[in-house]
Amino acid sequence: MFSSLNRLLMSRMGPAITGAVVGILAPVLSFLGNPANMGICVACFSRDIAGALGMHRAAVVQYIRPELSGFILGSLAAALVYKEFKPRAGSSPIIRFFLGIFAMIGALVFLGCPWRAYIRLSAGDLNAIPGILGLTLGIVIGIYFLWTGFNLGRSYKARTPMGMIMPALAIVLLSLLIMAPTFGPDGTGPIFFSESGPGSQHAPIVIALGVGLLVGWFAQRSRFCTVGAIRDLVMLRDGHLFKGVLAFIVMAFITNILLGQFKPGMAGQPIAHTNILWNFMGMVLSGLAFTLAGGCPGRQFIMSGEGDGDAGIFILGMVVGAGFAHNFNMASSGAGPGAFGPSATVVGILFCLAIGFLMREKVSV
Amino acid sequence: MEEKTTVDARGLSCPQPVVETKKAMSRRSGGKIEVLVDTVTSRENVSRLARNQGWEVSPEELPDGGYRVTITKAQDVKREK
Repeated sequence: MFSSLNRLLMSRMGPAITGAVVGILAPVLSFLGNPANMGICVACFSRDIAGALGMHRAAVVQYIRPELSGFILGSLAAALVYKEFKPRAGSSPIIRFFLGIFAMIGALVFLGCPWRAYIRLSAGDLNAIPGILGLTLGIVIGIYFLWTGFNLGRSYKARTPMGMIMPALAIVLLSLLIMAPTFGPDGTGPIFFSESGPGSQHAPIVIALGVGLLVGWFAQRSRFCTVGAIRDLVMLRDGHLFKGVLAFIVMAFITNILLGQFKPGMAGQPIAHTNILWNFMGMVLSGLAFTLAGGCPGRQFIMSGEGDGDAGIFILGMVVGAGFAHNFNMASSGAGPGAFGPSATVVGILFCLAIGFLMREKVSV
Repeated sequence: MEEKTTVDARGLSCPQPVVETKKAMSRRSGGKIEVLVDTVTSRENVSRLARNQGWEVSPEELPDGGYRVTITKAQDVKREK
């Protein structure tokens, strides 16, 4: 049964099956306590972790999300079982770090990663539409660079401990979540946990971790990627990964209706703002940064579980970026973009364009 | 005389192995191209691309843990499904 599941996940149906599973489980996680329309959001959850570790002091978004540890460990388990664990690193790590920072800033201007954009759409939040259009434009700009020789250089085989750093971090985060130690002089944090707001809303740890492990496993086997989906469709007319996104949206839509979580409209959507321009521009930045880095944030977590140290660096960039985004008043809130969100988005886009133009070389043949 | 092109895509991140293979394919109407990759994902992606474009695909594992995907297409034969 195990091997037939694996054959299925590695087949043409693999991304669609993974997309359907995520599409069902994400709204269920919201139903069980995760923030509304945020059953799984890789960017928001990384931001919550940054807050829990005291890297920003936005008191309403601080929690160690076990789903993300689950992604890394589920992917690690699948990669080990199927002999795909290959520690590797060395492909422009410092650039990937900054791409992670700016991808996160863009995501927090929109208020969600691509996964959450699709979840928001499936729950009737029409503000997701400019976000998804922006995401697509960002990816198309990235494709232009890919066709004209953009390249962050090769990664090289590394030793096993290198590939184990991110899985070890995943375990450390889980232990911090469970033990919630206080290091401060007055018996305070870190670790910080929100007492109100989205950070205080979470599904039971065991269920959240279980979903993370399952999704990590499925995504590792099927290579599910929400940015690669659009990229391959546009660039190669290859709908293999895109079927995953379609299945994700359709199943999330059905599940949201069944759970009474479907509320169409623009105003008053949970953890969202209605500024069309900056919903669009934030995701242009994210889409471009993710495309230059080779995959959506979920995919970066999966690859870091397979031993890809460069994906790990990108994730650390996202966590640091979340700290900056909140400390420097760049993240949006329900009221609209933060005071410095728009200018940070422009800076981020200029950074990505510069990287796209300057990191070009002829690779082969 | 058989012409062979080698695309060394080892260590390149997604989707560059596919991009480089596509460039190599578009430069010729057929023949033999060897693509070197180092992950199963890249092996699958390159194989899928080549099959979609009507090339024959034969992947093999190399002693160093990488893969060589040899893709061939007869130059004078129309693509058959």
